[in-house]
Amino acid sequence: MHPVTNVHYMVLSVALLLVGTIGVLTRRNIVIILMSIELILNAVNINLVAFSHHFGDVHGQVFAIFVIAVAAAETTVALGILIALFRNKETVLADEVDLLKW
Amino acid sequence: MPASLFPPYEDLLRILPEIVLTIAGTLVMVLEPALRPERKRLLGGIAIAGLLVALWGTAVANLFRGPAFHQMVVVDGFATFFRALVIVVGILAVLCSIHYLQRERPDSGEYYALVLFSVVGQSVMAAANELIMIFIGLEISSIATYVLAGYLRDDRRNNESAIKYFLLGSFATAFLLYGIAWIYGAAGTTNLVEIRRVLSTPELAPPRFLVGVSAALMFVGFAFKVSAAPFQVWAPDVYQGAPAPVTAFMSAGPKAAAFAIFLRVYMTAFEPISNRWEPVVWLSALATMFVGNFAALLQNNIKRLLAYSSIAHAGYVMVAVSAHSEIGTAAAMFYLAAYAFMNVGAFAVVTHFARQGEKYVDVDDLAGLGHRQPVTAALFSIFLLSLIGIPLTGGFFGKFYIFKAALEAKLYWLTVIGLLNSAVAAYYYLRILVVMYFHEPGEAAQTVSPVAPGVKIALWASAAGTLLLGIFPSVILDFADRSAALMK
Amino acid sequence: MPSSYPEQYFPIVLQIAIAMAIAGAMVAASYLLGKRVRNPVKDSAYESGMVPVGTARERFSVKFYLVAMIFILFDVEVVFLYPWAVVYRDLGLYGFLVMFLFFDLVLWGFYYMWKKGVLDWSEEPPRS
Repeated sequence: MHPVTNVHYMVLSVALLLVGTIGVLTRRNIVIILMSIELILNAVNINLVAFSHHFGDVHGQVFAIFVIAVAAAETTVALGILIALFRNKETVLADEVDLLKW
Repeated sequence: MPASLFPPYEDLLRILPEIVLTIAGTLVMVLEPALRPERKRLLGGIAIAGLLVALWGTAVANLFRGPAFHQMVVVDGFATFFRALVIVVGILAVLCSIHYLQRERPDSGEYYALVLFSVVGQSVMAAANELIMIFIGLEISSIATYVLAGYLRDDRRNNESAIKYFLLGSFATAFLLYGIAWIYGAAGTTNLVEIRRVLSTPELAPPRFLVGVSAALMFVGFAFKVSAAPFQVWAPDVYQGAPAPVTAFMSAGPKAAAFAIFLRVYMTAFEPISNRWEPVVWLSALATMFVGNFAALLQNNIKRLLAYSSIAHAGYVMVAVSAHSEIGTAAAMFYLAAYAFMNVGAFAVVTHFARQGEKYVDVDDLAGLGHRQPVTAALFSIFLLSLIGIPLTGGFFGKFYIFKAALEAKLYWLTVIGLLNSAVAAYYYLRILVVMYFHEPGEAAQTVSPVAPGVKIALWASAAGTLLLGIFPSVILDFADRSAALMK
Repeated sequence: MPSSYPEQYFPIVLQIAIAMAIAGAMVAASYLLGKRVRNPVKDSAYESGMVPVGTARERFSVKFYLVAMIFILFDVEVVFLYPWAVVYRDLGLYGFLVMFLFFDLVLWGFYYMWKKGVLDWSEEPPRS
């Protein structure tokens, strides 16, 4: 058996990144798109913490905490915008938001 | 534990603008619920006062140049330049907004707090010397701007603008973060100067693949924030849907700050691998100019037209970035300053003219403005001529310095294409001028009301800035030249 | 001291196996031994003995979302407290002052929210 190395973490993180990206690109429901973006941010956090552990350097962990906090603020703002949208338009589907186009 | 944990007081002075702006923003936010709707314009006054003090704070911080808080931020000429720029944009945006808000949403004064917080973020970005600070500054600025884009929450265009901006913006930020995580993994540090040292030392050099991918991912994030092709698709929709003063703000401030970090990261940290990112920036500059200018030709909505023009201008700045030299950096800085004045000025006119519910936002609505309000029309003409790049305006010298830098970097094709693009751009700006001066006044121009005092100040200030940069360009250019040299 | 990762994680694997076995055994036992009765009362939703009223797919008041959003925000701000608490003694007065400043700002946010009437659950709409 191999010990868990950075490469393992990176593979996991790339997998999460791909799942998140595919989610953002293919889903119509804005709430699910938000969840997919959260997945990407978690992929970032896995990388940061793994590298931080690898280097014995605390910056990566600090960064991960900031990412978590900022992601929460972002989600809150997104839900606020989404509620405003829903009140006016009765939809949370991304492709029905089509007032502005050329 | 020793008391040496306390930072020296100079460190606090080095982030004085951010401290002032945070206090002012919090003050606005706390006072907001206590004020009656008719008195909420006071908050605009507080915001402007805060921004002016922050401008003074920028000058104070500039006296204490150097890194602060364990190299997290650094005060150099570059930081001072962009801090001053984003604060000035904030002042102009608040001036445009006071009347607009009283008309569209008088019950609410959080707007000013959001502008202040956004400027805090941009100011942090200007001074950030490290990837964590870059991320935090970018997010402080972006989150406040997402809310501003949808500020009139009962207006569907605002809702749509905000949700589109948010979804694409946070997606791009996620990619930027992924790139940051990889470069941290490759170099073992988040400090830009340290990354540069690691990348330029052959014995320490991390895997090329890792560095290349992270530079590419970070490029996605930055290109999105500056609306450079192929990540510009959000800009027209968002700029068109957002309230006009907000569009003025976000097409100048966040864009300038995003270019600040773009330049700092690529000219400092990724400098050793410049031969690999230069072609990418080159292509992006080319595509951005083409997309912006040619799509703008087809627009009838003036906000959308200015949005595409803003994309095109980002393309010119990208030309300066791909020149990859100190004069290129100085040219980009000068151009962003000129662009901020002329663009905010143009959007101030749109703010003034749009009226209740932004009814009049088509180019044809401007018919006859030259007869009805000659002064406003004349100021608008200055901005449009500057956007074209006519001599005696800031836009002319901006383009001149950029193409000069491009020629010195032997980017002949890019220069030729850039000049051709400027010629194409002249068409759609001149069309506005023709409609304004040579068409019979329509319904919109007949009913136009006098310019609100705040908008008037913003218009004159922007025009003064545009002309100052066009007649005495050396005032800013000398400073930019000296600051660009300090970046290493 | 277990050296390799599989050894380190063996207790966890064992615990998962036992938990799944017990849960599976319980479900299987009730399936095999219990008798099945179906009637409307039995099929209705279990509300701790109350008679269920209305549908579960009702729209919630927007206040619910506001409180939920604010919960997310304040909940996550606490994340900064954990690392601080771990090294509190090492940071001393400086750490205390910085954290005080941080929570001062968070509290001003809370004050704003309170004044805006987000926490007000009465029927009148909150002021703006």
